Amino acid sequence: MRVVPGVIPALFLAATGAFAGETTVAVAANAAEVVETLAADFEQQTGHRVTVTVGSTGKLYAQILHGAPFDLFLAADQERPRLLVEQGLAVEDFRRTYAIGRLVLWSPDPGVAVGADTLRDGSFRRLAIANPDLAPYGAAARETLRELGLWESLRPKIVLGENVGQAFAMAASGNAELGFVSLASVLTPRHGRDGSYWEVPEHFHTPIRQDSVLLERARDNPAARDFHEFLNTPVALKTVESFGLVVARGSR
Amino acid sequence: MNLPELGPLWLSLQLAAAATAVLLVLGTPLAWWLSGTRSRLKPVIEAVTALPLVLPPTVLGFYLLLLMSPRSWLGGLWVEVTDTTLTFSFTGLLIASVVYSLPFMVQPLQAAFESLGRGPLEAAAALRASPLDAFLTVAAPLSLRGFLTAAVLTFAHTIGEFGVVLMVGGNIPGKTRVISIAIYEHVETLRYAEAHTLAAGLLLFAFVVLVFVYVFNRRLPVHVA
Repeated sequence: MRVVPGVIPALFLAATGAFAGETTVAVAANAAEVVETLAADFEQQTGHRVTVTVGSTGKLYAQILHGAPFDLFLAADQERPRLLVEQGLAVEDFRRTYAIGRLVLWSPDPGVAVGADTLRDGSFRRLAIANPDLAPYGAAARETLRELGLWESLRPKIVLGENVGQAFAMAASGNAELGFVSLASVLTPRHGRDGSYWEVPEHFHTPIRQDSVLLERARDNPAARDFHEFLNTPVALKTVESFGLVVARGSR
Repeated sequence: MNLPELGPLWLSLQLAAAATAVLLVLGTPLAWWLSGTRSRLKPVIEAVTALPLVLPPTVLGFYLLLLMSPRSWLGGLWVEVTDTTLTFSFTGLLIASVVYSLPFMVQPLQAAFESLGRGPLEAAAALRASPLDAFLTVAAPLSLRGFLTAAVLTFAHTIGEFGVVLMVGGNIPGKTRVISIAIYEHVETLRYAEAHTLAAGLLLFAFVVLVFVYVFNRRLPVHVA
């Protein structure tokens, strides 16, 4: 586990042990690592127990619709949390953008992914992206390629992963020379730092805003509410940023 | 009603037919050897053959992704020779399908060959038939039922392949976007009408195939005296 500077766990522990609760959090795969780290920090501070379930936003959403026992939903988009509120399954007052994803063009080899010219050159066989119809990072990748006017010409070279993690795996295993992936996966220490990446300028695509929402069944669950609150503390936001995600400032 | 594109269905049929053909060629000698050998290696080979039955497709898919990568010896050689990658190609899917469906070809064949017993082949040998001749003119015709069961099951199982294709296919229309992937994508994007059409078609197909296998197994008498 990473130790987040500025946290003094002992202080909180002494005060909360007696009121320890439990909560189950459903997290989109691309935010799994950061949320697991945050959950561990939160557990240390409060004594609450957090169980993290990881899946694709679409699947978790479908599971929640069918009564899955989750208290908090950390999605990879804004759409699904909003739909849950509309259907009366989530609490509007507890909906917030907890992170904004950053799209990068990545190669596992050094000096390869250097900029938009890497794509224009076209000296690669395969470009892995997440399925634009299923995954927010895939939609952002498609928007970026359209912005560059390369979507049509690169179409034969594009291979689709089910989600952004799979697109990363396709490139990491060498099956595709390039991939549109999340900055968060590139910065994960265990993936090594040998590769090269180009941070796609933010105006090339709609921001990948990721919303969290408290689910109706957990309206009175202190552990769930506290964790949702914790996600917005300066310490937690700092952790989010250290994982390659951008923190939303101001309104959602 | 929204009719889904039928390209993925056609692709699945091609893939299943090709995988069945390849496995008939590779699986028959393997099953024949397994049915007659007393080698100490037999249980090991049998275990390897059965592995795709018990391993989750993610395990097969993951290792195939590494094996067929241009960085591995196999994938690298393929790139040298063809200048295309093995993953995300029809050939790559075919290799994956052959691995994935191997037990569905080998096990019914092995059972058929074993049920022949040694009698007919010893008789053929006594009449001076070469081993190949004895196999082709005696063992194979007597095992017709086994061949049909194996081929039908292999074909059907390959049609139903999903997890492995998801990992090594890359979802390319006309090349690797098979029917199971198309259904998955329809469901995930909430296009339930198209998903229903394809899924119901597949359900019906699987049912008909299995009924065929059971009826056929009952009707065809075993010719071993």
